[in-house]
Amino acid sequence: MPADPTPTEPAGSGAHAASLGQAAHHPPRRLAQAALRDVSWEVGVAKPDPIVVVDGVTRQFGGLTAVAVDHLEIQRGGITGLIGPNGAGKTTLFNLLTGFDQPNTGNWTFDGRSLADLAPHKVARLGVVRTFQLTKALSRLTVMQNMLLGAQGQKGESFFGALWPGTWRSQERSNTEKAMDLLARFKLDAKKDDFAGTLSGGQRKLLEMARALMSNPKVVMLDEPMAGVNPALTQSLLGHVKDLREEGMTVIFVEHDMDVVRDISDWVVVMAAGRVIAEGPPESISQNQAVVDAYLGAHHDAPLTVEEEDRVLAEASQAIAREEHTEGAILDSTTRQEGNDR
Amino acid sequence: MSEVIDAIAVAGKAALGFQAIFFVLLAVGINVQFGYTGLLNFGQIAFAMLGGFGIAISVTKWGLDFWVGVAVGLLAAIVLALLLGLPTLRLRADYLAIVTIAAAEGLRLLFRSVSATPLTNGTRGISAFNGDFLALAPWTTNARYRILGTSWSGGELWVAVVGWLLVTLSCLLIWALMRSPWGRVVRSIREDEDAVRALGKNVYVYKMQALVLGGIIGALGGMVYAVGTGSAIPDQYQNANTFLAYAALILGGAARVLGPVLGGMILLFILQFADAILRALIENGVIPEGLLTSTDVAQIRFVLVGLGLMLLLVFRPQGIFGDRREVMLDAR
Repeated sequence: MPADPTPTEPAGSGAHAASLGQAAHHPPRRLAQAALRDVSWEVGVAKPDPIVVVDGVTRQFGGLTAVAVDHLEIQRGGITGLIGPNGAGKTTLFNLLTGFDQPNTGNWTFDGRSLADLAPHKVARLGVVRTFQLTKALSRLTVMQNMLLGAQGQKGESFFGALWPGTWRSQERSNTEKAMDLLARFKLDAKKDDFAGTLSGGQRKLLEMARALMSNPKVVMLDEPMAGVNPALTQSLLGHVKDLREEGMTVIFVEHDMDVVRDISDWVVVMAAGRVIAEGPPESISQNQAVVDAYLGAHHDAPLTVEEEDRVLAEASQAIAREEHTEGAILDSTTRQEGNDR
Repeated sequence: MSEVIDAIAVAGKAALGFQAIFFVLLAVGINVQFGYTGLLNFGQIAFAMLGGFGIAISVTKWGLDFWVGVAVGLLAAIVLALLLGLPTLRLRADYLAIVTIAAAEGLRLLFRSVSATPLTNGTRGISAFNGDFLALAPWTTNARYRILGTSWSGGELWVAVVGWLLVTLSCLLIWALMRSPWGRVVRSIREDEDAVRALGKNVYVYKMQALVLGGIIGALGGMVYAVGTGSAIPDQYQNANTFLAYAALILGGAARVLGPVLGGMILLFILQFADAILRALIENGVIPEGLLTSTDVAQIRFVLVGLGLMLLLVFRPQGIFGDRREVMLDAR
């Protein structure tokens, strides 16, 4: 598909855009949430209107299975939060979905179109853009140049087209206007001529999101958008993410902050050890035993019973007694202990 | 005092002569690849060699027209760029560096080998292929002309004029490209490939285009050199020239249109000036024989250039034309 999303986009999501137009006028914003109300809270459940469908995707790094997702559907027009402990495979799943990595098995579709074996830039041209966990601001380009890079279907980006400014100047002008609007929305307009490398961490996150929006995406995938961002900026970032939903985009994001996840997600997918272990609306997640176990370990801080307390105390005193009897071995046992700790 | 003026005149000639043009064009090509796109081409001299030998072999061995020879040289450079780029540009930057440095050395050894002698004349090289080109000069190429206290042969002058024309044209081309959206994509690739991929650009194609463009400009440099010296000898194309061109680029300022041009001129000026002034000082006994003999001068001037580069990187890391703010930024 050529890099020209503008003509195809309204055709592709016309009905949807119309329903969103209504949403903009009326308070009930969480269309996707409403649509997901009757969906049962089980792993791999079918959604009313999925935009991304993942089927049997596995990715192994040597002996380690980083991702093994049997079935996962992402609701169109909703904000789906992807959570899980470190090493759960969230970023790897992102990489697979956006073509930055290829899975060992499985297939996955976007809008019914298979994304298997598609290079990252082709996935992006279809309308799936992502941001990165480690922000990728293009340091030695200005903020405005960063933004303009996001625009799709630019005539001046071909080698020979570039040599004829007449062919791309008007396009460049309209892209610049669009970029200014977006920058104003993200409060970066005053910085437009500064090098992106001079921005603060939070501003870079904003810039990366704004740049992704330059491509008129259908699905925006944000990898830890709030990481390392101060609380005040987090609020404004959250507002921007909600705005994306209001504009009809589907948002998938990875986040560790449960308050954030609870605040903005319509649906939450929990991963652990490469698998989806739970999904459901945000309020269902904190009650889910599998999720609690995955995050805190099976022996989390449930209160001790009296008997357990006694037993622990007894074991401790026994251990102390043993150490006192075998003083020569103390050093030995402590070093071994340290070794185990590591 | 007159020695200083003489040295300046001689060095000025060197900074304008075909050898300077050779380094300038090598550096302009490297600027496209390394300065703007972030590709590490450590074998630019291979492109120059193909350019020079493209003309030499076409004219003397295949009996083709001089201009067909130019086309052959450019085509060879494009093919080399594609061959080097196809397997490596999908990989990390280091792989291109390894492959180019190996290709430059390998090609030179191949061209001087016994088995290639029927085509390249081996270590003796090829000469007498630039007659058609010199015949186009609007003045007599055999006569000598005095310009600013230095003596130029008509041929030298003609090569220099055409060479600087080529430099001007390639600078105009790069200027036009780099202010366009194409240039923006290419500079973004230097900053972070994955970010550019995630925005729907085919990074591989852009890198290939930059590699080919830089290679073509390098081949033009090789042609100027071959035509200027009137001979194409494999051992003229030592890979040290690639690194001198990098030095010129850093001296002038990378990712600036005129950076490599000024850098190349200054590099040649310093080399020639140091040579002339040191020789004069030794002859006059200002520098005692025990400290430095005139046979050491050829080496010592490179030491001086190295020292100068070190001082430059300490006090002006962006080079002469560079933007300090840009260089001081966190590269990530």
